[in-house]
Amino acid sequence: MSQAVLDRLSAQLGDRILETSDAFGEHEAIVAVGDWVEVAQFLKDDEELQMDHFIDLTAIDYPERASARFDLTLMTRSSVNGQRIRLRTRVKEGEKPGTLSSIWMGANWAEREVYDMFGVEFEGHPDLRRILLYEEFVGHPLRKDYPIDKAQPLVPYREVADITKLPPFGIEEGQPFARIDWEARLAGGDQQVSPAIGVQQGQRRTLSDSEAAQQIQARIDARLAAEAAAAEAAEAAHAPEEGPGK
Amino acid sequence: MEPADELSNDQASLELDADPMRLNMGPSHPAMHGTIRMVMDLDGENLINLDVQPGYLHRGFEKSCERGTWAQVFPYADRLNYVSPMLNNVGWALAVEKLLGIEVPERCQYYRVVLGELSRIADHFTCNGASAMELGAFTPFLWLLKVRDWVWDILERETGARMTHSFGRIGGMAAPPTPNFKDDVRHLIPEIFKVVKETEIMLLRNRIFLDRMQGVGVLTKEQALSYGCTGPVARSTGIPYDVRKDHPYLVYDRFDFDVPIGEDGDNWDRFMVRLEEIRQSIRIIEQALEQMPDDGPVNVDDPRIVYPDKKDVYTTIEATIAHFKLVMEGLRVPEGEVYSFTEGGNGELGFHIVSDGSGTPYRVRVRPPCWYNLAASREMLLGGMIADIIPTFGSVNMIGGECDR
Repeated sequence: MSQAVLDRLSAQLGDRILETSDAFGEHEAIVAVGDWVEVAQFLKDDEELQMDHFIDLTAIDYPERASARFDLTLMTRSSVNGQRIRLRTRVKEGEKPGTLSSIWMGANWAEREVYDMFGVEFEGHPDLRRILLYEEFVGHPLRKDYPIDKAQPLVPYREVADITKLPPFGIEEGQPFARIDWEARLAGGDQQVSPAIGVQQGQRRTLSDSEAAQQIQARIDARLAAEAAAAEAAEAAHAPEEGPGK
Repeated sequence: MEPADELSNDQASLELDADPMRLNMGPSHPAMHGTIRMVMDLDGENLINLDVQPGYLHRGFEKSCERGTWAQVFPYADRLNYVSPMLNNVGWALAVEKLLGIEVPERCQYYRVVLGELSRIADHFTCNGASAMELGAFTPFLWLLKVRDWVWDILERETGARMTHSFGRIGGMAAPPTPNFKDDVRHLIPEIFKVVKETEIMLLRNRIFLDRMQGVGVLTKEQALSYGCTGPVARSTGIPYDVRKDHPYLVYDRFDFDVPIGEDGDNWDRFMVRLEEIRQSIRIIEQALEQMPDDGPVNVDDPRIVYPDKKDVYTTIEATIAHFKLVMEGLRVPEGEVYSFTEGGNGELGFHIVSDGSGTPYRVRVRPPCWYNLAASREMLLGGMIADIIPTFGSVNMIGGECDR
């Protein structure tokens, strides 16, 4: 990591570098999504920086942040002078950052993994398929609103028609053995599994206004409504049976 | 069958089907290390297209880490690269310690170095032994694994487990070195040298082995950089990048050791780089044993981070409470984000961790060295022959647990 890289970036690109930081001795520059590819290209091509060694590209999900949901981080290193830099951009849900796979070939698999795990799509990626999971997988597991023990539907035998199998379990069972109940947290509920985390510790807001939270709230409402309707229906079905007996 | 010259023109002009054949190798195949699938288009025996499909060993490491406490990650980290679990353990401990802003006592740093280098030796023995075995040389495999077992005997005496030790702790180690630790390691060193020498005598002038290794599976320096290769795969192409040298952690800056590099980036160079790294690891171990203090604390002196002594837990209320708080709530890691990287068995093993200040990791990203090495294996294999997949893939040393997480 090196301050010289940040200085060079700020000098050459000026206000396209939105923010810089050097927390824990790790130098980082934040750029807008639109500048993501160009700044990365600059890192590699600039004769002073020569960031030719691709290190890692990953994402972090912040569903409670209203401005942009995902953080995309890129780490590169220069094989010439040994300097390292972390580049970061903030991506809204549904927004498509450009692909870096034409700059570093290692970004190809890294972006496929981010797509697989977070559902962030990359514009212009040559081969954007799921990489760790399978095609029929529903959802993106590293999103915070994906419950860790969610049951996936059984995949029908491929290329054979008319075989349908039912899911082995019911719908989402939540995250009962985790310390944070993300579904409840995003919906603004105060329910926490661990007493050490929560409002009292200043860890979370009481209510989230993000889009993800609203979607989850809608899902919870729908489920509760469905459960209530089912209970009503069961009661209604039960009542006539007893009727004639009386 | 009639002689060719008696066949009519029509029959003589018959040719074999020239369309490329699509062949599926794996996910469960004896030549595939771990479970991985390769779909290839073959023209005769030549690979003209290849799709490497990892993911069959995916078990949600990163998601599972977001569920428990920081200390509960150690058993998962063990199972990343299960051939050298100690390196992963220490890598994770260092990442959390960086976020906490603490440094373990000197004795512990040396202890970590020695155990880590022993693990690295075991890792390289496994890879090189398996590479030789897959080319038909079974004896070197058995001999190398014999020594690997002696290495594991030492690790077992220290940690209680042969492979998945779960021995690292945030702010120290689970236990101090045993009294015989230094002697045990010192007795083992000549044996390791002996077997490395024997392996060289058996393999390095073997015509078959040379033909299968030299000039096969070539990766250029530019490709290695662009794909993000690290470790022996990158060093075999001539990139002198070793985290221990370039960004020293623990006490690696106090040792005198070399970073072996290759020139061609073929299977042979990868094999030789690993063999030489075993020697360099022994150099590090010898110096570390010399410098390592015999007494002193192993864990940091901070009851908010380190578990209290078991004896105190059962006899004093303060230790009982401290133990309960650490187990039930986990230690508090301040809000922040760090990327901490160490030299694992296969290259740069990075932990990119985000903490929101609670007792649970907010996000844990492992940068598995295998992942990018495996991505580059397409370049090594393409254009080669199908039989070369086996030595090339062996020398990349893909570890499913780490690659697929």
